[in-house]
Parts: sequence; structure tokens; C-alpha cells
Amino acid sequence: MAKVTIDDIEIEVPDGTTILQAARMIGADVAPPAMCYYSKLATTGGYCRTCIVKVEQGSTKDPRPMPKPVPSCRTTVMDGMVVRNNTSPEIQEARAGIVEFLLINHPLDCPVCDQAGECDLQNLGYKHGAEATRYEFDRRTFEQIDIGENIKLHMNRCILCYRCVKTCEQITDGRVHGVLNRGDHAEISTYIEQAIDNDFSGNVIDVCPVGALTDKTFRFKSRVWFTKPMDAHRDCDKCEGKVAVWMKGNEILRVTGRKDEFGEVESFICNTCRFEKKSVSDWTIEGPRKINKKSVISANHYEETKKPTYLYDRVQLLNDGKKLPEVNSKDNG
Amino acid sequence: MERKLLLANAHIKGIETLEVYRQHGGYKSVEKALKTMAPEAILEEVKTSGLRGRGGAGFPTGMKWSFIAKPEGVPRHLVCNADESEPGTFKDRYLMEKLPHLLIEGMIVSSFALGANLSYIYIRGEYFYVARIMEKAIAEAYKAGLLGKNILGTGFDLDLYVQIGAGAYICGEETALIESLEGKRGNPRIKPPFPAIAGLWGRPTVVNNVETLAAVVPIVNDGGAEYAKIGIGKSTGTKLISASGHINKPGVYEIEMGITVEDFIYSEAFCGGIRNGKKLKAVVAGGSSVPILPTELILKTAAGEPRLMSYESLSDGGFATGTMMGSGGFIAMDEDTSIVKNLYTFSRFYHHESCGQCSPCREGTGWMEKILHKILDGRGTLKDVDLLWDIQSKIEGKTICPLGEAAAWPVAAAIRHFRKEFEEYVTNPQNIKDVKHFYRLNQLTEA
Repeated sequence: MAKVTIDDIEIEVPDGTTILQAARMIGADVAPPAMCYYSKLATTGGYCRTCIVKVEQGSTKDPRPMPKPVPSCRTTVMDGMVVRNNTSPEIQEARAGIVEFLLINHPLDCPVCDQAGECDLQNLGYKHGAEATRYEFDRRTFEQIDIGENIKLHMNRCILCYRCVKTCEQITDGRVHGVLNRGDHAEISTYIEQAIDNDFSGNVIDVCPVGALTDKTFRFKSRVWFTKPMDAHRDCDKCEGKVAVWMKGNEILRVTGRKDEFGEVESFICNTCRFEKKSVSDWTIEGPRKINKKSVISANHYEETKKPTYLYDRVQLLNDGKKLPEVNSKDNG
Repeated sequence: MERKLLLANAHIKGIETLEVYRQHGGYKSVEKALKTMAPEAILEEVKTSGLRGRGGAGFPTGMKWSFIAKPEGVPRHLVCNADESEPGTFKDRYLMEKLPHLLIEGMIVSSFALGANLSYIYIRGEYFYVARIMEKAIAEAYKAGLLGKNILGTGFDLDLYVQIGAGAYICGEETALIESLEGKRGNPRIKPPFPAIAGLWGRPTVVNNVETLAAVVPIVNDGGAEYAKIGIGKSTGTKLISASGHINKPGVYEIEMGITVEDFIYSEAFCGGIRNGKKLKAVVAGGSSVPILPTELILKTAAGEPRLMSYESLSDGGFATGTMMGSGGFIAMDEDTSIVKNLYTFSRFYHHESCGQCSPCREGTGWMEKILHKILDGRGTLKDVDLLWDIQSKIEGKTICPLGEAAAWPVAAAIRHFRKEFEEYVTNPQNIKDVKHFYRLNQLTEA
């Protein structure tokens, strides 16, 4: 066990835990944001640099501070380590810089992006980003490529987190998905535009932190905050069959894995569950999913809704004692 | 003072063949090391010699070797980093071209010291002809029983292979080099684990520069203590300097560390002064990634002492008034040089060579290049200069590998020391393409 102090909060964690995991154990408020790290996938993390933290004291044995900010997702804790995240102004400034870098080439097309509302980059930009960009050049764009009938690749939005690449490496067999070119021209692609044809390939949609990989069967059907996530399951011979279905009325618009508060799925689901089972009779619906109150998705959440008590009076006042049909009638001027 | 240790025989005709090389005392160190010394003894000699890595970082070689993990039954590897791509550096090419057997000799001894039976020379793709020279020399060494099974009857086996890269600067970073050598995309790995623990194919690996491995030969021949006598302070031995730019005699020079920079630039034995009788404006002392210094700071330290060609003296004063030894790519610029244009060239290079793995480098290098292009195009504003400074500070220290720093330092140093020139570019853009412009710039720099 190692004792580590993050933002003046002490916690004891097993050896080999990363700083990020330790911070998540304390709570989501302390945990640094992570765009590329995904605890369910090995060797992810270290690329986006948003989770950098300052190590003020390396360990009890070697109390020297680390010279540079370290990626918390790839740095394991040592006994007696002292870490600063939210309480370090330098780290906050550095993180703002990283967010700016991530956004200079990312199209700000949230109003037409399917990921809006559940986008990690959107949340990150909201918290750490500046109100205006200092970048005044053309954004990098890519030729559209078709990667199959279920998954839409929108490369312009990609922030090269490598999560989908690692998913294809680790979940699916016979990897056909990787990164081409280098520098800011680097793009994720199925090799020679070969479609991803695999039972678990749909998971790249769930792991994508931005709207680069989206579900073609859900594309443009609804904004996510108009849909209601419900826990559901079915007997599936390929996966566990535990999913979240996103409903509008009695219609299932979309099926995804069950994401926790850090945006990570509890278990990977197969393409049959994700793309083909879209009718209510396919699923045993367990009940509504808990959604973070701060999330825009909960704006439409039925569970927390209370009947407003003040509205009636105000309506009365506005309507000047008239009933609604009367207010709306033409004669009312 | 000129002191030839590595390049002493470089001028001899036919030295690239094994026969001539052996006539001039070649492979003596292999016989000495394999027949009379234990691997630990060689390591001790290298430690005593104070040899520091010649690739750029200047990390003590003996210490690097001592970090290598030695688990039972796991093979270890030595990899020679011949992916010399730093702009302004061309010493390794010269060394391999003239003295391929010196590198092979150094690699045999070093592999023996590290217990490696399979070693690689990773040569940059553009050095295709050099790879041919190396392969020819390796074939000769195999024939003479200096490589392969049971070298010189000592029971030590070593196979040596040449691998040609595909021309990416990033593959000079040791973990990217290892990835590339494994046949993967040349992306730097996230450290830890360091290559000394898990390197090539997950096995303990040491990656050394060409010049470093060649320097092991005189260390074994004459002893580490003898080698440590050469040089000054912790900068022991000789260093190959690739001198280029506006000097009378560009080329590769072997110097004893500790000569003054002034001596190196103006003496007839080395650069021979600035060409066409012009004045020196600035020097990039160790390859394109180290901070540029104006004349007054490169010749004298901030304290007023003469600056020496050594690791300590060049970095005296930190980045505020100093620079780095780097890989020894010495680029001198005369008074007609535009620092902004030069910086744009460097930035374009780093933008082109960024691997695209981590965000600050991927996005930041391109951004800096675009701003510099805008300034050179006469559309820059004073805000852009501040923005450049801000971007570089947000890249530095936040990337996976040192390429981020390599891209940020030149920008920082150019703005730090030549801010007036940037301001001149943005306030009087109409003068940029005017030749007389440079005279105005020089007056600014001197004032």
C-alpha cells in the first residue's frame, strides 16, 4: 500500500495504482480530466496531456519534486507522494494551454455534432477553455472516408487519443485500424479504407471522447438530451448484453454501453446489441440510469423532476386571470 | 587545440577496409577487452573515463550502462543510434563513412561489456550509401572472425546488423528508434519503463550514439583514466563538431573539450573566421534544437569569462544567457542573417517531424510555424510575438519526448535574444524583402 496526498487529501491505495486512479478514488472533483486514458484498455493514456499534475514530492524515500508536470494516468504512485492538481495554478494554466491546443484544429461544430451533450472535449473546453480562440488560420481538414455502414468517421473532429486504435488492438482480433501519417496530418483510419468488420468494432464509438466516431444508426435522429437513458439487458451469445438504451417516448433510438461518471463503459457490447436490437421487445428494461446532475442529459431527466410550485402563480399573473386558450386566441390582441 | 583521438587515421587512404584499418592498430581494443578484461572491468573504465553521451543529452555513458537490467535468461541488446537527423549535425555520417571499422570495434567491445549478443546499427534512411559502407565493413569483420560465433576464440558471440530507417527525425529518440526497429510506427514510448529495463522486444537495451561507441575504443586501449585527462572538468575527451554556416572552413572537426568558442570560430585550425570578412551575429552551438546565442553571449558568458567548448561552459547561465552542447552541430551566422527567417526554417522542420502522438507538440509546432510564416509574409503584429512566446512555454516540458522541447527552445531563445528584430519585422513589414533591411536589423541588435 502507498499513501499519497492529492490536493491535500490523503488516501491509501494499492501499489501500482496510477495517480489518476488514486484521484478518482477520492472523487470526481479531484480527478484530473482524461481525454485519452481508458482504464478498461491497456497501454492507453499519456497522449493528450490534459491529466498532467505536479508532483511536489516524489516519495518519502526520495522527496525531490519531479522536474516537469507528469501525466497522472501513466505515473504510478509512490509512498509519501504529494501531488497537486486543482490547487496548483501552474497546472491549471498548463491544462488551459493543452485544451487550447486540442481545440485549434477541432471544428467548433457542436450544434451539428451528434456527440454534443456527452462530449468529453466539450466538457473540458467548458471548464478549462478560453472564451475565444487565438488561432487565426485555417483548421486542418481531411477527406471523408467511409469505414462501413454502422460507424461514421468524422476525422476533422479527431483529437488522436488512440483509444479506438487500442480498442481495435485489444478487443477485436485482426486489427485493421490504426494511425496513418504523422504530426498534425496524422489520421485514424482503417488500413486502405477497409471497413471495420468485426463483432465488437462498434465499441470504438463508446470510447471516442469526441464526435469523430459516431453511430450511423443514430446519426441526426435526436440530440442526446432529448433522449432518456435506461438500463436494459438481453441474453446475448456474444457479449454480456448489459447496455444502456436511449429512448424517446417508447422508441429506442440508440444502444450504448453503460458509461460511468468518467465516461468509461462498464462492459463492451457487441455490434448485434448495438446496431440491430432497436425495438423495446428485444430488451428487458431495468429502469432509468443515474445521470450526473451537472450533465446536460439530466436537463431532461424525468427522475429528478419535481412539480414546479411557483409557475402557476406567475402564469396567472401574466394571463391576468384568463385561461390559456383565451390568452392564445386571436381576439386577445 | 586540435586533438585527434577518433579521427586520427581518417585521412589514411583505404582506412575503410579491414586490412588497412588493422595495419594502423585497429581492433586492438577487441583483443584486449575480450581476452584480458571482464565486462565489469570495461564498465569501470568507461565510468572512470567520464565519457558522456554524444547524441545530445550528455548523459554519462558509464551510468547508462550500469542501469541495464540483467535478468536471468533474457538476452540484452546494444543499439547504435546512427539516425543522425538534427539539422546542422553531420559528424556521425563522416565517422561512419571514413572509419566504419572504428564503430564496429566500439560496438564489439561495448556489446561484450553489456553482455549483448545481438546488436544493431540503426542508420537514418537518407544515409543509404553509409549503410552500404557499414554493411561491407561488417561483412569483412565476419570473414575475419571479429563478428559471429566465438570471436577470436574467446567464446563471445556477437551478431551485428544494420537497419535502415525511413527518414523520420523522431526515430533518433531512443524509444521511437526501438519501436521503428521492431517494425512499428516510430512513436516514442511513454517512459518509464526505460529501455535499460524493457527496450527492444521488451528486453534490456542500451541505445548509444555512434560517436559515443567509437569513443569506447580509445578508452579501452589507453584506459579510462588516460581518457579522463583529456578535456576539462566533467567534459572529458574529444568531441566531434559539425561546423557549418557562414564560416570559411565548414566541416567536421575533432576538438579537445575546453578550447574557447572564440578560438574555434576564428583560428585557422578550425572554422577560420567568418567568410567574406563579415561579423558574427549569432551561433547555434549544438544542433538546431538548442537555444541560439548572440555573439556577445556565445564568446563570453554572462559573468564575462570566455565561453569554452564544453558541456558545462556552454550551458553556463541556464537558458537565460547560455545554451547547450547538444550534438555538436555548430551553426555560425553572419550579420546578414535573418533570425526570424532562420527560426521559421527550424519551426517548419519541427512541425514536419512531429510524430503527432501528444497534443502540445502535434498542434503547437504547426501553430508556431504558421505564425512565423505570417510574420515573414509581412502580416504579423506585436501580439503574434507574444503569442509565439506563450505557445512555446505551453509546449515545453509537457510532451512525451524531447521533440517538444526541441521545437520550443529555438523559438524561446530567438525571441529572448532578438526580440527587437521580431518587432522590426512586424512594425516595418515593407522592409522585409529589402536587402538593406539587414543593416537596419544589425543596428538594432547592436544598440
